[in-house]
Amino acid sequence: MGIRFVLMVNKQGQTRLAQYYEYLTIEERRALEGEIVRKCLARNEQQCSFVEHRNYKIVYRRYASLFFLVGVDNEENELAILEFIHLLVETMDRHFGNVCELDIMFHLEKAHFMLEEMVMNGCIVETSKSNILSPIQLMEKAS
Amino acid sequence: MESLFQRSLDDLIKGLRLSPPGVEAAFIAKSVDEIRREIKSTDSQTKATALQKLTYLHSLHGVDMSWAAFPAVELSSSAVHSHKRLAFLSASLSFNPNTTDVILLLTHQLRKDFSSSNPHDVSLALCTLSSISTPDLSRDLTPDLFTLLNSSKNFVKKKAIAAILRVFEQYPEAVRVCFKRIVENLESSDMGVLSAAVGLFCELAVKEPRSYLPLAPEFYKILVDSRNNWVLIKVLKIFAKLAPLEPRLAKRIVEPICEHLRRTGAKSLEFECVNTIVTSLSEYEPAVKLAVMKIQEFLLDNDPNLKYLGLQALAIVAAKHSWAVLENKDVVIKSLDDVDVNIKLEALQLVMAMVSEDNVAEICKVLISYALKSDPEFCNEILGSILSTCSRNFYDVIVDFDWYVSLLGEMSRIPHCQKGEEIETQLIDIGMRVKDVRPELVHIARGLLIDPALLGNPFIRKVLSAAAWLSGEYVEFSRNPLELMESLLQPRTCLLPPPIRAVYIQSAFKVLTFCIYSFLSCGDDTSYHSELTDSVLKGDFQESSDTVTIAPISDTDIYDGLITRSSHQPPKCVSTGNGDDSMISHEQISSASLRKQQLTQKSIMDLVNLVETNLGPLAGSHEVEIQERASNVLGMIELIKPRIHSSTDESEGDKIKGEPESF
Repeated sequence: MGIRFVLMVNKQGQTRLAQYYEYLTIEERRALEGEIVRKCLARNEQQCSFVEHRNYKIVYRRYASLFFLVGVDNEENELAILEFIHLLVETMDRHFGNVCELDIMFHLEKAHFMLEEMVMNGCIVETSKSNILSPIQLMEKAS
Repeated sequence: MESLFQRSLDDLIKGLRLSPPGVEAAFIAKSVDEIRREIKSTDSQTKATALQKLTYLHSLHGVDMSWAAFPAVELSSSAVHSHKRLAFLSASLSFNPNTTDVILLLTHQLRKDFSSSNPHDVSLALCTLSSISTPDLSRDLTPDLFTLLNSSKNFVKKKAIAAILRVFEQYPEAVRVCFKRIVENLESSDMGVLSAAVGLFCELAVKEPRSYLPLAPEFYKILVDSRNNWVLIKVLKIFAKLAPLEPRLAKRIVEPICEHLRRTGAKSLEFECVNTIVTSLSEYEPAVKLAVMKIQEFLLDNDPNLKYLGLQALAIVAAKHSWAVLENKDVVIKSLDDVDVNIKLEALQLVMAMVSEDNVAEICKVLISYALKSDPEFCNEILGSILSTCSRNFYDVIVDFDWYVSLLGEMSRIPHCQKGEEIETQLIDIGMRVKDVRPELVHIARGLLIDPALLGNPFIRKVLSAAAWLSGEYVEFSRNPLELMESLLQPRTCLLPPPIRAVYIQSAFKVLTFCIYSFLSCGDDTSYHSELTDSVLKGDFQESSDTVTIAPISDTDIYDGLITRSSHQPPKCVSTGNGDDSMISHEQISSASLRKQQLTQKSIMDLVNLVETNLGPLAGSHEVEIQERASNVLGMIELIKPRIHSSTDESEGDKIKGEPESF
C-alpha cells in the first residue's frame, strides 16, 4: 500500500493534520497517534529519522514547530519518503508563503487538498509543485 | 435567527485555542450540540459550515461524527462547488466503508460527477472513491472508471488510474475490464499519467508478480529511458519482484541498474538500486561489489539516516556475501557506540551475523566491553544476542566450552544483567551435555556461591540456583567440598526465595553424602564401594525413624529424569580391584587426594555439625520443600552418625557391610 498515514503534530503532541489511507476507528487513531508521537518526539537531532513501529515504519522530520510523520510499509524507500515530506513542506510554503503552524490550523482544508493532489491510495502520484498547486489556485480564483 | 450567529470554523478554532486546558472538552461538547442543531438547517451555507466544523473536530479531536453521514451525502449534491468539496472531504475523513450505510447513496452522485465537464469535480469524486470504496460501489462504478481511463484530459486520467487500485482490491473483476487501458498508459508521455500507471503496477506486482511478468519489456523501456527518480524507484521495486522469477530478465536489467547507481546524484535512487541488487540480483558479483561500495559510502557518512540504511542494506548482503561485512567490520563495531539506539541495534545484529567458530571469543570479548559501558537496555540486548547466537543449534559455534562457561559466569556478574534465567538454563544444559566441562563448571559455580554479596542481588538468583545445582550434581569435581558446604549453608542464604533455597539444601545433601561416602570408603585401601554406595547413596535403609523417611537421591533431584544418579560413576580414591570401566581423570585424582587430606574424622564431624546447626531450624519451616529437604538431610545424619563415630575404631569389613540393624 505504500503510505499508510500522514500526520502533522506540534511539539506539544497536538495533532494538526491527520490523513489516513486505510480505515481506522477513532479509538485506534488516537491510540496510534499517542504511541507514535511519544516515540518520535523523544528522539533528538542526532538520531536517524526512522522508527520501527509494529509491522511498519515511521519516517519523520521536524520543520520549525511541526513534526511531519509518515507511516509506511516496510518495503518503502525511506529516503524517498523524506523527499516526499520535503516536497510537501515546499509546496505548502509556496502556497502560504513561509508556512507556519497557524497557516495549517486555519486552512486545514487547503492542506488536505494539497495532500490529496500528491497522494492517492497511499501512492505518490504527483511530484511537481506547479501541478499540485494549480487546481487549488484555480479553486481560489473561482470563489 | 440562529444562522445569523452561527460560529464559523475560524471562530471555533480561535475558541479552542483560547480555552484553558480543563475547559476544552466542555467547549467541544457545547460546539457539537450547536452543530447538531445547525446541521438540520435547510440553508445550504449553514449546513456546510456546520459540517465543516464537525469534520475539523472529528479529524483533530476525535469527535464521533458517524451520525452526520447523511447530511454529508445531502451536501455532496450541492451546486456550490465549495460545499460539494466540503461534503466529499468530510466523507473521505469519516465514512467507514464497513459500517456507514449511506455510502451507497453516494453512487448516483459520484457517477454524475464522473461525467462532469469540470475536471475538478471529477477529481474530487475520484479521490473520495479511493477513500471510501466498498465492493458494491466499486462494482457499480467500474464502467464509469473504464471510460475515464480514456479521458482526453491527462489530469483526469492520472487520477482515474490512481483511484482504480482501490477498486481492484474491492472488486477484482474490474482488473479484467480495465487492464488493457492501463497498460496503454505505460507509454504515456505525460509524467503524471505514467507515474500513476507505474505506481499502480508496483502495488499489483508486489502481490502477484507472476501475472505481470509479461509486462517486463514495457518496464524495461522505462527503466532505461526515464529520468524521473520517483518513477525509476517504482520500476526498480517492480523488477525486484520480477527478477527472481526469470533469470533472463535478471541478466538484462543488471547493467542498466548499475548504470543508474553509478550516475545518479539522488541518494534515494542510489539506495533503491542497492536494495534491488542485494535482494534480487545477489548472484551478480560485479553488481554486488558496486553495491557494497555504495553501502560503504553510506556507512561512512555523517548523516545518521544514511548510516542506519547502510547497516540495514549490509545485513541483507551479509546473508550470502559475508566478505562484505568483514570488509566493513570496523565501522560496524564503532556503530555499537552510536548515539542512536536504532543504529546500535542494527550494528549488533550485523556483528552477530559475523560470528563463526574462529572469532566467537574475540567478538564476545569486544561485545562485553561495550555492554559494560552501555545503558541497561542495550547491555541486555547485547547479552541476549550473545546467549542466543552461542546456543544456536546446540552450541554449534562453540569449540572451547571451558571458555564459554567462564564467559557465562562473567556475564552474570555484569551489574545490569537481567538474563539470569537464560544463563541458568544454559549452564545446566551444558553441564548435562558436555562431560568434559564439568570441572570448570564446578569451579565457576564455586566462585559464584562463595560470594556473600551476590546473595542480595535479585537478578543473579537464578544463576546461583544453577551454580548450587551444578555443585551438588557434580560434586566429585569439587576441590574443596567442605568450603562448598559452607557456601551453601552460609547465613545470607536466607535472602534467597524458597525455591532456590530448596535447591541449595538439596545440593548440600548431595555434598554431604558424597563427603561421608568418600570418608568412609577412603578410610582404608580396599574398595567395597559397591555395597557402601548402595546403602549410603541409594538410601537403602529399610527402617525409618518416626518422623522422617529418606528418599532416594535420584528422585529428589529437581531435574527429575534428566539425569539419574545410577549413571553417575562415583570416583574412587583407589581403583584397585575395580572392574568397572570408568576412567579416572587427572582432576578426579587430584580432587581425590585433596579430599583424602581433608576428610579426617574430625572434619567430617565438623561438617555434620555444621549441617545440623544450619538446617536444624529449617526442619520446621513453613515452606514445604525446604522443610522436606532439610528433614531428609537431618534424618540421614541421625542414621549415619554412629557409623562415622565407629568407622575409625574397628576394622572395616564387618560393620559396614549389610543392613544396619541397630535401629
